[in-house]
Amino acid sequence: MPVVQEPPPGRGGAVLEVRNLRVEFPTRRGTLVALDDISFDIAPGEVLGVVGESGAGKSMTGAAIIGLLEPPGRIAGGQILLNGRRIDNLPYEQMRRIRGREIGAIFQDPLTTLNPLYTVGRQLIETIQTHLGLSDADARKRAIGWLEMVGIPAAAQRVDSYPHEFSGGMRQRVVIALALCAEPKLIVADEPTTALDVSIQAQVIALLKGLARDKGTAMMLVTHDMGVIAETADRVAVMYAGRIAEIGAVRAVVKHPSHPYSRGLMASIPPLDRRVEHLAQIDGAMPRLSAIPQGCAFNPRCPEVFARCRRERPELLEAGGTRAACWLYDPASEKRAAETMQHG
Amino acid sequence: MAEPTPMLEADDLARFFDVSRPLLQRLLAGEGRRTLKAVDGVSFRIPKGTTLSLVGESGCGKSTVARLVVGLYRPTRGRVLFDGIDLEEARATAAQRRRMQMIFQDPYASLNPRWRVRDIIAEPIRAFGLIDGKAAQQERVGQLLTQVGLSPLDGEKFPHEFSGGQRQRISIARALSSNPEFLVCDEPTSALDVSVQAQILNLMKDLQQRLGLTYLFISHNLAVVRQVSDRIGVMYLGRLVELALAETLFEAPRHPYTRALMEAIPDLDMTGRQRIPVGGEVPSPIDPPSGCPFHPRCPLANDRCKAERPALIPARGTPATIVACHAVEEGRDGAAFVTMDQRPPGQRIGTTATTL
Repeated sequence: MPVVQEPPPGRGGAVLEVRNLRVEFPTRRGTLVALDDISFDIAPGEVLGVVGESGAGKSMTGAAIIGLLEPPGRIAGGQILLNGRRIDNLPYEQMRRIRGREIGAIFQDPLTTLNPLYTVGRQLIETIQTHLGLSDADARKRAIGWLEMVGIPAAAQRVDSYPHEFSGGMRQRVVIALALCAEPKLIVADEPTTALDVSIQAQVIALLKGLARDKGTAMMLVTHDMGVIAETADRVAVMYAGRIAEIGAVRAVVKHPSHPYSRGLMASIPPLDRRVEHLAQIDGAMPRLSAIPQGCAFNPRCPEVFARCRRERPELLEAGGTRAACWLYDPASEKRAAETMQHG
Repeated sequence: MAEPTPMLEADDLARFFDVSRPLLQRLLAGEGRRTLKAVDGVSFRIPKGTTLSLVGESGCGKSTVARLVVGLYRPTRGRVLFDGIDLEEARATAAQRRRMQMIFQDPYASLNPRWRVRDIIAEPIRAFGLIDGKAAQQERVGQLLTQVGLSPLDGEKFPHEFSGGQRQRISIARALSSNPEFLVCDEPTSALDVSVQAQILNLMKDLQQRLGLTYLFISHNLAVVRQVSDRIGVMYLGRLVELALAETLFEAPRHPYTRALMEAIPDLDMTGRQRIPVGGEVPSPIDPPSGCPFHPRCPLANDRCKAERPALIPARGTPATIVACHAVEEGRDGAAFVTMDQRPPGQRIGTTATTL
């Protein structure tokens, strides 16, 4: 197996660098930590997949990066750097200019992303003019060009249609055009194909992947669909209870996951090529933010748990091809793990 | 030799919805009534103790079939026989109604948030007068909760105290409380995370074995369907396009739409294969294409497909499969999908799919 190592943080040339990001939600009953110590980066032209089950914090990571955390959520620690410049502490107005121009966002539901009162063309032209300052005629030409590029037939006519005149798949293409038309360096796509049928999903994935590759755009792809990740991403981060459980090259994480949670997750996906009598399942459910267990958050559900897991929280450790937040990969705890497994 | 009576038989089932604009607007615009044919002539049988799954993309009519089968909609045409009795008749008597139950997709919307779990589960027991006495009823509720992997103590809680997977377990316990023989499951795991989905699918299979249940299973996820079904029907625009034994459907899919669906699923295999996405989109069921409704997207379509609607007939080569396709009937489906057939058999379909 080829050893693909996670590059150390702070390497030059990354479009996006997230360092020790922490997001908190102050509530009446105390502060909830929604994201804790998230670090990763994305290189130009690279697609980072972020997977996890509902409530793992994957969408919130995306929201923190584009500066659209729902209040009272707030970034309580860490840094987000876009092309080496900090963006997590910018005032609202400055961040607004970065969104669209430097970071494009694609959300799950294309109908709520588009303004129903404006034609598709007007929304595209407005975005293009705001960020690129082109003349009316040039902006319109470019808008039509983008609609063609995302595969909308008869773009020159459809540019004057309203969003409700498009089907779901076509709307998502418009949203993609809208996210890309200012030629941002980074795209944050949150479940871009979840609302679409499988045949349309395949078309949209192929489109996104092609455009990101051609334009050298970095992409953060948030999804719960491992198939989409396996086909699209270069690297994957698996999230659990607000932290990264494992991160590494897509092939290593999908084929040879190291973290017991990633292993359980991959095993519980029903196979398409055969029938199994009993699917592998992870018993229990992800903890609520208000009741994250001490030590490793996964320890109550982990088949390989041992004493240290209940006491100390593991950081990301080298784990044969990926990096996993699991004490199994700490040489110091190897012996104890072996003992626990023998007796347990 | 007569076949045993199937648990459920649907015969030329159809359900149309009137989607016309209001009368005045219609008169002003000079347009006629408009009908959406959600289900248009669907027939199948489900033998006792087996699972039939219906798969298809949104708008194909699969959920409408589920609702017709339990009597939530009345058919525009055709009929449903429940254990040999006409559904209208069966629905009229509590003794028959008790024998069929439904599990819905969204476990957040299908449980009353103001009721305790024990009351939610006991309601069918009371409604059908199955067990007298509060103590005996509560004992039965405790048994049901244990059966679905929860604790009898959970009966005291309210639905919001449970996660999605646990709520779906409560829905299943409620469905089982009237001792049904037939369960209609409309996307029971689509709202759940993948590790929880595996728990629920395992539970459903286990219950089927122990209680001899018959399932009609509705899903858009082919991989899920493969795990639970004996037979699978593929729907497109209100009609069945292919109906086959589960294993046959995956080993030898015949209808071009079935093949396209399987091609479209992203796989975890990462063979780097170039997938050929189906072009186009599902057309509007209000104004379906002439002839075979799949012809605008079909690589095998010819003039006959545009003009004449294909009948659901046994497929050439795999007669246990019935398929509605002129190309299959005429034997001109072999040459297509070359890329798929050139792959070694083990790789023809993506290994794993997909939804977490």
